[in-house]
Amino acid sequence: MSIETPFSSRRQFLRSSSLGLQWLAFSALAAKASAAPTGLAPKTGHFPARAKRVIFLTMRGGPSHVDLLDHKPELIKNSGKEAVIGRDSSGARLLGPAHPFARYGQSGLQISSLLPRIGEHADDLCVINSMHTDVPNHSPAFVQMHTGSFQFLRPSLGAWTVYGLGSGNENLPGFITLNPPAGDGGAQNYGSAFLPSICQGTRLGGSQLPALYAAFLKKQEAPGPPMKNIANAHLSTAEQRRQLDLIRSLNEGRLSREPGQPEVEGMIESFELGFRMQSEVPGVLDLGAESAETLELYGIGKGADSFARQCLLSRRLIESGVRFVEIASPEHWDHHALLSTNLQKSCESVDRAVGALLTDLKRRGLLEETLVIWGGEFGRTPYAPGLDGRDHNHKGFSLWMAGGGVKGGINYGATDEIGYEAVEDPMHIHDWHATIFHLLGLDHKKLTYNYGGRDFRLTETSGKVASGILM
Amino acid sequence: MKNLVFILLLLVVLSFDAAEGEEFDFFEAKIRPVLIEHCYECHSVESGKAKGGLRVDDREALLLGGDSGPAVVVGEPGESLLLSAMRHDDPDLEMPPRKPRLSDSISAYFETWIASGAPDPREPNAAASGPAGGRAPGWQDHWSYRPPVSATPPVVEDQAWSQTTVDRFVYAGLQAAGLTPSTEAEPVTLLRRLSFALTGLPPSPEVAASFTSENLEEIVDEMLASEGFGVRWGRHWLDIARYAESNGKEANITYPHAWRYRDYVIEAFAADVPYDRFLREQLAGDLIDASDDAERARLLTATGFLALGPKGLTENNPLQFAADVADEQIDALSRGMLASSIACARCHDHKSDPFTMDDYYALAGIFKSSETRFGTWIDSESNHGSRLISLPALPGQLVPNRSLTKTELDDVKAKLAALNAEEEQNKKTAEVARAEGRDMQKDFNTMLRDALRIYWTRGPLVGKLDTVDAEGRALPLCMGAVEAEEMVHSPRYERGEINHPTDPVPRGVPAVFSLASEGPVPETVSGRLELARWVTDSEHPLTARVMVNRIWSHLFGEGLVATVDNFGPTGAAPSHPELLDYLAIRFQENGWSVKQLIRELVLTRTYRQASTWREDGFEKDPDNRLLWRHPKERLDAEVIRDAMLAVSGELDLSPRPASLVAELTSQSVGILSLNKDIPHDLDGSLYRSVYLPVLRDQMPDILKHFDFAEPSLVVGRRDTTNVPSQALYLMNSDFVRARAEGLARRLEKESSDPAKRMRRAFEICFNRSPDARETELVRDYLEATDDPDTTANEMLIRLCHALLASADFRVAD
Repeated sequence: MSIETPFSSRRQFLRSSSLGLQWLAFSALAAKASAAPTGLAPKTGHFPARAKRVIFLTMRGGPSHVDLLDHKPELIKNSGKEAVIGRDSSGARLLGPAHPFARYGQSGLQISSLLPRIGEHADDLCVINSMHTDVPNHSPAFVQMHTGSFQFLRPSLGAWTVYGLGSGNENLPGFITLNPPAGDGGAQNYGSAFLPSICQGTRLGGSQLPALYAAFLKKQEAPGPPMKNIANAHLSTAEQRRQLDLIRSLNEGRLSREPGQPEVEGMIESFELGFRMQSEVPGVLDLGAESAETLELYGIGKGADSFARQCLLSRRLIESGVRFVEIASPEHWDHHALLSTNLQKSCESVDRAVGALLTDLKRRGLLEETLVIWGGEFGRTPYAPGLDGRDHNHKGFSLWMAGGGVKGGINYGATDEIGYEAVEDPMHIHDWHATIFHLLGLDHKKLTYNYGGRDFRLTETSGKVASGILM
Repeated sequence: MKNLVFILLLLVVLSFDAAEGEEFDFFEAKIRPVLIEHCYECHSVESGKAKGGLRVDDREALLLGGDSGPAVVVGEPGESLLLSAMRHDDPDLEMPPRKPRLSDSISAYFETWIASGAPDPREPNAAASGPAGGRAPGWQDHWSYRPPVSATPPVVEDQAWSQTTVDRFVYAGLQAAGLTPSTEAEPVTLLRRLSFALTGLPPSPEVAASFTSENLEEIVDEMLASEGFGVRWGRHWLDIARYAESNGKEANITYPHAWRYRDYVIEAFAADVPYDRFLREQLAGDLIDASDDAERARLLTATGFLALGPKGLTENNPLQFAADVADEQIDALSRGMLASSIACARCHDHKSDPFTMDDYYALAGIFKSSETRFGTWIDSESNHGSRLISLPALPGQLVPNRSLTKTELDDVKAKLAALNAEEEQNKKTAEVARAEGRDMQKDFNTMLRDALRIYWTRGPLVGKLDTVDAEGRALPLCMGAVEAEEMVHSPRYERGEINHPTDPVPRGVPAVFSLASEGPVPETVSGRLELARWVTDSEHPLTARVMVNRIWSHLFGEGLVATVDNFGPTGAAPSHPELLDYLAIRFQENGWSVKQLIRELVLTRTYRQASTWREDGFEKDPDNRLLWRHPKERLDAEVIRDAMLAVSGELDLSPRPASLVAELTSQSVGILSLNKDIPHDLDGSLYRSVYLPVLRDQMPDILKHFDFAEPSLVVGRRDTTNVPSQALYLMNSDFVRARAEGLARRLEKESSDPAKRMRRAFEICFNRSPDARETELVRDYLEATDDPDTTANEMLIRLCHALLASADFRVAD
């Protein structure tokens, strides 16, 4: 079955709709358009990319950098002394890490002993110790980490990435987010705002993943489709294509009656993508094809293993060409109290699976072109307002990145002696975004979208690429 | 697992606390008095001093020590500065200062105590902290904390368009930006818009055929009076009330009686209960006079608002649990009713917020002096049992919970008695063994297993007994709040940490806006009624503004204040501040009538504008904040579903009795999928969507895919996503296919002529006839099937399916 609308008229249609699709002009799409006339076609960026895809492991709640990634001898030495600087620090005392740091790898990078499996990859990790952001509250900071702005509705990092680069597999969404948190900005964190809605993160989660896992665990008893509604019980593919063409024509009719309906353009795109996903998704989501050794590596099949499954799934997704995959940590890292025990729990919930993901990417030769990011919306204070807990700290925190053209085995930037404020090569969220884009071959100043007469970009009016971390 | 730890601790304490007690005896007799007499003056929370950074008023503080290092090193008297200071070993560190050295016998006691592990029963005390920060300076400058001001509506040149006050404000805004309003929408477009907005249903083809702009008021009044209005607007409030029928979180246990609150809300909007009254009922319905039993039942049910929140049912510490429940209640009411985040003051004061920690803990005291009844029972998932509220019996009352036969009742009672007796016996055995000094190690596992079994099996029995009367007849029950037996003040918890309590804060209403309703509450009551009066005080600057803004946002796509749940300094500024104030004042003047306000708004020229995109508007005001057109909006999840059922002729408009959740036998949501009677998509009914089960983390498919409000949060404005999983649902789900079949049946019944059927399908789905292009498209589609075996009926179904999946079906213009 061919698509009824011939390409020439489709192009006219794209041009005539005054909004929402002008972004197609952005890249080399024109040449490829006849083959894949959708917004997901892969595109080349502004300059050669080191990273072709991103796995973003979000550790919501503000993981404690001074306990995990930012080793501060002065803080350890002065633990217990009255804090003299810092927000809301009056009466608070400095608090050294509850668990020791250890040296890992050839590089001897200092990372908490709570993260041994991640530590094994120290020589691939670029630990950024000079992160800072604008607000010390979860929701706005989490949103800013994802969209650059905590005040306004803006497209998310993943959406911008798909806008800039398309998807590596036209049968899958370019941006997939697994079990995203409902709070802390919710859908804003994977939203497309004014960008074409095809760039929006497709959420897999809720009952979908558990059902999938259940199907996997009891594979013998319950085969069946791994994702709901991924197959049609009544129509052949050809007949469904005809039905879809009718829907499409009706929707195009709506567009031709009235201009300026980006949401309808988005509906057309998402039907096309949904149709194509039917052939691709079941295979990608089926973990049954993985070896027992791999499952063991990630720690799958052992109790609460959904995060491990997500990590493995993220590898399968990027392997299949998904451009940007985001996973949220199962534990919230907001350790105001009982830091020593709860931090350990949080670390245990991710360490093995994340370590396994890095191992797996590496041995498959995927790490070189995959940027893996691990981090939260801010860090924590080096002082304890109570006895065993830390407050939010947005002035200095750490995260790490690996693969995708970043230097491994290094610390980049630094906080002051106690880990409160970024003082050396400070990296604001905008700088960090600019750097990620650079690794992806995108110029953050050129990746813009005109909305309401103004050119918008992820980094607003700032952003500096941290060339020191580039390989 | 947490339960297990809890039981383990229970057992340990139960069996071995004697030895521990002796150690504490030593501390109480020899150590504590010395510390109090000689040290507390300079080193305690009580004195407000921690000289040299040291406090000695709890064990952790001693171990942490001060500037010179730990005061006590457990088991190491020689390294404990406390001891050396006391002995005057170091001339630079002699304690107490400028006083004679304490006696050697006292030092010896301390040495013994430290050597034996420094056992210390004192609860961790609060970190020494400065006095309360108080309200942020200049907070009164923020617009939403000042009383609404009645402004004279601007005089605008286009009197013809600007017939209402609302229109004059809007027109003035447009004019200032060099914009003009859009023309009036086509009558049928307006009718669909109104029908979706006011009733959540599409208009029938018959109504559409007879509608003209002349009978606009008439049709609006009909819609406002319809049952659909209560369903549609009640659901908006349920988004605010984080309404759900299960707890969510780690222990996702059903709330089988939550539906009564749902029905209460729907009925309240249908009856246009004045909004201030509606809020008072939800905060303090149990304390409001009732004229009869029916009214009493309604008022008790209203307090369900306070009980519906997600709770940490696995929490072992009862203090923590109580604090978290109160916190959730404060958060829901302050965000929902005041668009303010008072709960943010749980840990510290904020730079720009008027609400302080003291305000927060004064409110917490109100909720801790109330008993929240949520009706879960203790079992392997939950550590918290709670009763429900028994409603007065009413004629014709629906009581879906099961009665017990005499035999069943006796059986439950007997089992309970047996478990209690067994537990007594086990405790006794343990005590005897301890008294005899016998080693309990080898019996420990058995004891633990028994204790767990008793603990977990007793909960459901107690829970079951609470739902029936003495004869086993099912009681009418609801969730909600009542006054607690004991009235308490909540301590102020430093950093919000439960183990850092400081002085209790007298419970009361935040004295922030200088209102007559503010201040402490009488000793004998919880203060919920006083709180309710404060929230609905006619002088309160937030309450009316917040609600008119919510209503505005449901009608115009976006609030005058875009952050509908946040009117604080971090929220957005109003686009039309004078209009917002005008509406807030008018809302109160009209007796807080939601229906009157909606009526006024939908009859404005502003509301009746076309939604057509305009280049000039988009260039000057891309977000349409000035309202140069009506927005185009994707319908809400419930409206999409209800519209499909409506057009297929299958919709059952009667209220669903109770809820699927009320009929479940298990209280655990996690094992729901094992129940083969429950549809895989949690749907399978023909009632309006508001009656679908709302289980946290287990939503019916259609609600989940189309951006239903997250039921654990206060959601004034839903997300609108546009993702392929929605397309997959529309193309492939059983639900949409079944509706397509229904619509096809309806068409076949109404006409035998294919051309007429096709026209009729468009009229039913879109309230218009197909144009020439559409007619041709559909004809081609029906004729060109490749498969000769496909019947005409099947092709009609597929056509209907395509119409239901089209953009026209789910976008309101």
